Amino acid sequence: MNQTNEHLLERLRERFNGLLIEARLNTGQITLELLPENLIEVCRALRDEPEFNFAQLSDVCGVDYMHYGQADWETRDTTSTGFSRGVDQGVYAKTVRSFPARFASVYHLLSLAHNCRLRVRCFLPSDPPQVSSVTDLWPSANWFEREAFDLFGILFEGHPDLRRILTDYGFIGHPFRKDFPLEGNVEVRYDPDQKRVIYQPVTIENRVLGPRVIRDA
Amino acid sequence: MPEIRNMTVNFGPQHPAAHGVLRLVLEMDGEVIVRADPHIGLLHRGTEKLAESKPFNQSIGYLDRTDYISMMCNEHAYVLAIEKLLGIAPPKRAQYIRVMFAEITRILNHAFWLAAHALDCGAMTVFLYAFREREDLLDCYEAVSGTRMHATYFRPGGVYRDLPERMPQYQASRWLSEKDAAARNADRQGSLLDFIEAFTQRFPAYIDEYETLLTDNRIWKQRTVGIGVVSPERAIALGFTGCMLRGSGVEWDLRKKQPYEVYPELDFDIPVGKEGDCYDRYLVHIEELRQSNRIIKQCVDWLRANPGPVMIDDHKFSPPQREKMKGDMESLIHHFKLFTEGYCVPEGEVYVPIEHPKGEFGVYLISDGANKPYRIKIRSSAFTHLSGINDLVEGHMLADVVAVLSTLDIVFGEVDR
Repeated sequence: MNQTNEHLLERLRERFNGLLIEARLNTGQITLELLPENLIEVCRALRDEPEFNFAQLSDVCGVDYMHYGQADWETRDTTSTGFSRGVDQGVYAKTVRSFPARFASVYHLLSLAHNCRLRVRCFLPSDPPQVSSVTDLWPSANWFEREAFDLFGILFEGHPDLRRILTDYGFIGHPFRKDFPLEGNVEVRYDPDQKRVIYQPVTIENRVLGPRVIRDA
Repeated sequence: MPEIRNMTVNFGPQHPAAHGVLRLVLEMDGEVIVRADPHIGLLHRGTEKLAESKPFNQSIGYLDRTDYISMMCNEHAYVLAIEKLLGIAPPKRAQYIRVMFAEITRILNHAFWLAAHALDCGAMTVFLYAFREREDLLDCYEAVSGTRMHATYFRPGGVYRDLPERMPQYQASRWLSEKDAAARNADRQGSLLDFIEAFTQRFPAYIDEYETLLTDNRIWKQRTVGIGVVSPERAIALGFTGCMLRGSGVEWDLRKKQPYEVYPELDFDIPVGKEGDCYDRYLVHIEELRQSNRIIKQCVDWLRANPGPVMIDDHKFSPPQREKMKGDMESLIHHFKLFTEGYCVPEGEVYVPIEHPKGEFGVYLISDGANKPYRIKIRSSAFTHLSGINDLVEGHMLADVVAVLSTLDIVFGEVDR
């Protein structure tokens, strides 16, 4: 499949010349990077033009690049007693890669006719992050976009029914954002006095057993 | 003229045919479905976020719990994704063991699907038959990993340990007589491979039993023929994969089309349906049971003939032997490092799909070079299948919703993640 992927990459570069920020092959998989305003145009061509024919949308997901490339150094925040790495960050501090925006939406396309896959990524610089919906092109995007909206707060313009999908009715916040605590903000319990289920601030504390470490192999 | 309004019915979340915790809001015109709106998320545990907070190996167990009917297949996609980023390949024997257990899992899943589907449509007997076979296969899980469901058996670089030479046996007790125990132990005298081989020989006759109960059954046909029809074009557009796509006549199986592990070396066929209704999907499932049995047989033969390592010989990813750790400082360090910090995965991103019993199960893994994943997205087939339910039930009767819901093969651990 790698041979055909290289060929496909060439063809994509020729066809969408000027519309792509980047097109590259990584571990045998193609990634196209686009500006959100070009997404619909490119996707429509990818779906309809016979040489691409990406008839199925396998997946849409949001990504939050806020903490990308950051290791745990501030030990006090990660456990109550702290743990020592034995060194200061100093020379080990890597220059963190910068991204055009904090949020991105990633699409995985599948062409059954040509038996190939493609990844399309849009960084979303607006605040709140916003991108056109692809539900008109692929109906399977419907729930995937709802999920990305629910978990990351990405707004999909033109989505017919952009409701929360996985979190509770009346949930506040977007839990998969990197600044949302792992243990959450509220918990539920039954209150015997009020005789109903109530929300209260969380009483548990997150305990990190092993720090996040980045080493050069 | 009185005002006539459609009625809204709540189906679930506490309904035995809702396959877990599905709340389905149905808008009804009399007994005909106008619109179906599934409310999911009642089992949402944030698996993907939890995985971001743990070293790679410690999340394998979470993957077991996504689709808790086909445990090892979930692990398979995750482990393959890590291996792809690390650029390592497991030994051949480990690949055969994985494929064998992936197919055992497929039988487990399809047997459960068949049992639940038939039960939902009113056929109680099949449930009892299918669970008899699941019992044997869960014993295989137990023999190899120590647990009957959440095995955590597949590891990056191979599998946790080699197949056992002895099969655990039943012991007579107050509730199990000597005679019954001996009967149950008849197949358990040899190794795990002997037990599995004996199973593959029994199993085709068991599938015939299911077929006797259902295939030509008049009531079964009335409940499934022409119900939940989906055209091939629509199935592709809705993102359907697996049996949902093959039932509509699209020959698409990742084991053949985008093969992974040792599938290219194995001989099996892909069944496809014609009409795209519940009955055709039933036939596809039945034939897949037979094909999986064929694959398992071939794996057993290969594994008998080819002993060897089942884990990559690199202690960055696999623990050293216990015995070595007692005397060898380096082994001790490797062991400590692996179980406290884990290993760092090179920066990159990868999407690895596998042919899960339910369809395409993909793991999209982004690593920033740390010992914990930066982001994991689990692409589950049941999520997409359930999102297309409105297309399938529109215009059908209320009772058909149950048939369609069970034909979709949804498990909520996977839908809600």
